[in-house]
Amino acid sequence: MAKNTTKKLVPNWDYSPSLESTSHITILPRYELFINNEWVKPTSKKYFKTTNPATEEVLSEIAWANDKDVDLAVKAARKAYQDVWSKTTPKERSKYIYRIARLMQEQARELSVIETLDAGKPIREARDIDVPLACNHFFYYAGWADKLEYAFPNQPMEALGVAGQIIPWNFPLLMAAWKIAPALAAGNTVVLKPAETTSLTALKLAEIIKASGLPPGVVNIVTGHGDTGAAIVNHPDINKIAFTGSTNVGKIIQRAIAGTGKKATLELGGKSANIIFDDAPIDQAVEGIINGIFFNQGHVCCAGSRLFVQENIADLVIRKLKHRMDSLYLGNPLDKNTDIGAINSKEQLTTIEKYIKIGIAEGAEIYQSACELPSKGYFCRPTIFTNVAQSSTISQEEIFGPVLSIQTFRTVDEVIQKANNSPYGLAAGVWTDKGSRIFNLTTKLRAGVIWANTYNKFDPTSPFGGYKESGFGREGGLHGLGAYLKMKV
Amino acid sequence: MKVPTSFTNIPITPSVDKVGVEERVARFQSRSIKNASKRQGLDLVLSMIDLTTLEGKDTPGKVKQMCYKAHHLHDSYPNLPTVAAVCVFPSMVKTAKTALLGSSVKVASVSTAFPSGQSTRAVKLADTKFAVDEGADEIDMVISRGKFLAGEYNFVFDEIAAIKEACGKARLKVILETGELCTLDSVRKASDIAIYAGADFIKTSTGKIQPAATMQVTYTMLMAIKDYYDATGIMIGMKPAGGISTSKLALHNLVMVKEILGNNWLTNDWFRFGASSLANDVLMQIMKLETGVYQSSDYFTID
Repeated sequence: MAKNTTKKLVPNWDYSPSLESTSHITILPRYELFINNEWVKPTSKKYFKTTNPATEEVLSEIAWANDKDVDLAVKAARKAYQDVWSKTTPKERSKYIYRIARLMQEQARELSVIETLDAGKPIREARDIDVPLACNHFFYYAGWADKLEYAFPNQPMEALGVAGQIIPWNFPLLMAAWKIAPALAAGNTVVLKPAETTSLTALKLAEIIKASGLPPGVVNIVTGHGDTGAAIVNHPDINKIAFTGSTNVGKIIQRAIAGTGKKATLELGGKSANIIFDDAPIDQAVEGIINGIFFNQGHVCCAGSRLFVQENIADLVIRKLKHRMDSLYLGNPLDKNTDIGAINSKEQLTTIEKYIKIGIAEGAEIYQSACELPSKGYFCRPTIFTNVAQSSTISQEEIFGPVLSIQTFRTVDEVIQKANNSPYGLAAGVWTDKGSRIFNLTTKLRAGVIWANTYNKFDPTSPFGGYKESGFGREGGLHGLGAYLKMKV
Repeated sequence: MKVPTSFTNIPITPSVDKVGVEERVARFQSRSIKNASKRQGLDLVLSMIDLTTLEGKDTPGKVKQMCYKAHHLHDSYPNLPTVAAVCVFPSMVKTAKTALLGSSVKVASVSTAFPSGQSTRAVKLADTKFAVDEGADEIDMVISRGKFLAGEYNFVFDEIAAIKEACGKARLKVILETGELCTLDSVRKASDIAIYAGADFIKTSTGKIQPAATMQVTYTMLMAIKDYYDATGIMIGMKPAGGISTSKLALHNLVMVKEILGNNWLTNDWFRFGASSLANDVLMQIMKLETGVYQSSDYFTID
C-alpha cells in the first residue's frame, strides 16, 4: 500500500547560486564609433549610457552617432567596396568570414557573459543559443562566399554595394551575425547600427573584426538611437536597408525609401499562433508553449504569444502549463540555473505591464508564476491569460514580453481561420501526432515559419521572415544570401 | 488508499514525442548543482540507493558482505546515511535479513522469474510468496514483456494485480524492462498499466538489458506518476535501475524528480536508485567536497 510507510522529513533541496564568472571579460568605460577599422570619436561629441537591466548599473558609455558620423561610415563603406572588397576574390572573402567565426568561437565565453549583462537574458540562453548560433551563421555563409554560381545556377549575380543594417535589442549579437555574414559573403560592405540598449556585443564583434584583418571599411559599426538609424535609412549612398524591429518603424522606413531604388528586407513584429490539438504529445506540447512564449523573456518576434488549445483538452493543458510555469527559475541572469532573466529595459517593462493591466481590465483571467521578483532590476513574472477572445487587445497586439493569451478552438478550420486572422504572419507552431494534419496546416497558415511539434528552432540554413505586417524578404539560408545580391545585367 | 481498478478504467495514455523528451532532459542536465546543494544532494543519493547483487554466482558470503557495506558505507567519515535497501534474489532474502538485523536498511527481493518473467503465473506467485515469507520488505517483479508486446495488456495488468495481492505488506516495485519495450510510447503505456494495477513503485530495468535507466525513460515514467497523482492524489515511487554509476547523473535524476514531482518525492520512500557502483562514486565526491581533494578509489571499499 502506498500510504502506510512512515513519512520522512521532506528535504528542502534547492539549487545553490551558481554564478557565471565575470572576471574574464573586458568592458571599456567608453566606446567610440567603429569606422575604417578605427575607433572614431563622434562629431556629435555625445555619448549615452548602457545599463545592466538586471541591476540597473551602468556598464559603459557609448558614442551617439549623428548624420555626419553616419556619412563618414557610409563613405568608408563605399570606398572599401569600390577599392577593395569588390576586387577581393570570393575565396579570400570566405577566408575572412571563417576567421571571424573562429575568433567568435574563441571568445564565446566573454561574448555570452557580456550579452547577458547588457541584455538581461539568462546566461544559459546566451551561452547555449545566441552565441553558438551567431558563430554558425558566419560559418554557414563563409561556405557560400565562393560558391555563388552554384547557389544561383545560370543566374550570374553581383553584390548590391553598401548595406545599411539596423538591428534590435532582443538578440544583439545573433542579429548582427544574421545581417553581417550574408552581406559579406555576397560581397557587400556594411554599416551596422545596434540597438541603443544593447550595443556592447556588436562593439566586441568590431574588435574581433579588426583582429581578423578584414580590410578597413568593410564593416562599420555606428552606435546611437533612432536618429542614427534614420540617418542610415535616409543616406543617399546606401543600396540596401536591412531592418529588424517593430512594425511601426518598418513602415516609416518603407515610406522613407520609397522611390529611392534602395532594396529592403524588413523583419518586423509578430503575434504568432501556437496550436495544440487533442492528439498532441501533451507534455512535450506544454514544453513547447513554455519555450514559445518565455524564451528570452518573450522578447522574440516569432514568440508563440497566441496559444490555441483544442477545447476538449484545454483544462488539462492549462493545469500542466501552470505547474510547469511554477518550476521556472526567475532571477539573476548570470546564474546558470536561471530560466527567466530581466526585461531588456525599463520602457519595455512599462509596456508589458500596461498590456497586463489591459488584459485584466478586459476581463481575462490572469495566472503568474509563483516566483519572487528581485528587489532591483526590471523583471516580469511569466504570465498567462485565459478567458481570452480573438477580439481582446492582448490577443491582437504584440506585447514582446512573457505574456501569453490562451484561446480554445473546436475544429481544424476554425483554428486556421483564427490563426490567420491577424495583421501579422511571422511564425506558427502545430502540435499533433498526425502527419497529414501537419501538412494540411502548413499549407494553409499564412506565416513565414511553421514549426511542427517544436517551437523557436533556428538554424543558419533555414530562411526566416514574415507575411503581411511581419515584413518581407528572408534571412538565413540561400534566401538570405539572395537578399544581398542582384542579377548581373 | 489505492483502489484496485481494471485495465479498461485506465485513462487513454498520451503520446510521447521522443525529440521533445530529449530536449527536456537536456535542460535538466544543464542545471548546475554546486556547493551546499551538491553536498545535500549527494547525501540524498546515498540514502536512496538499493545496493544490488543479482548474479547466478551469488553466495551467502557475498550477500553478507554487501549487507555490511549497506550500513557502513564509509566509516572513516561519520554521520553518512545508510543506503535504502539491498536488492537480492529470493534465495538470499533470509541471509540478507539476518545480516541487516537491527539496521534500518530494507531487504528487497526480485521475483516473478526474474529477469525474463517467462514462466507461469503459479510459479511467479510462488516465487513472490517465498520471498515475502523469507522476510522481504519489498518485491521487485518483472512484467511479461512478451505479453505486452503481443498486445495482451489485460494479461499484464491482471498479473501485476495478482502479484500485488501476494505481496501482502511488502511494497511492490514493478520492473518494466524498458530496454525491451523500446519506444517511449510503450514505456508510458506500461507505466500506466503498472500504476493502475497496483504498483507502489515503478522501476525501469532489471540491469540485464541495455539501454537501462536513461533519463528519457525515467522522465516518461515520472510524467505517468505525475498524471496519476494529479488524478487521484496518490503518490507512486520511482526507481531507475541500471546504468546510473556517476554522482553527476544521479544528481541530474534528482533535479528531474524535483522539477516534475516536487521535493515530496525526494525521500527513499518515493525514489530509489538501483545501482551497485554508484555508492562509491558518491562517497568519493562527498569526500572531495569535505576535504578539497580527490582520494584514491582504494580508500573506498568494494563489497
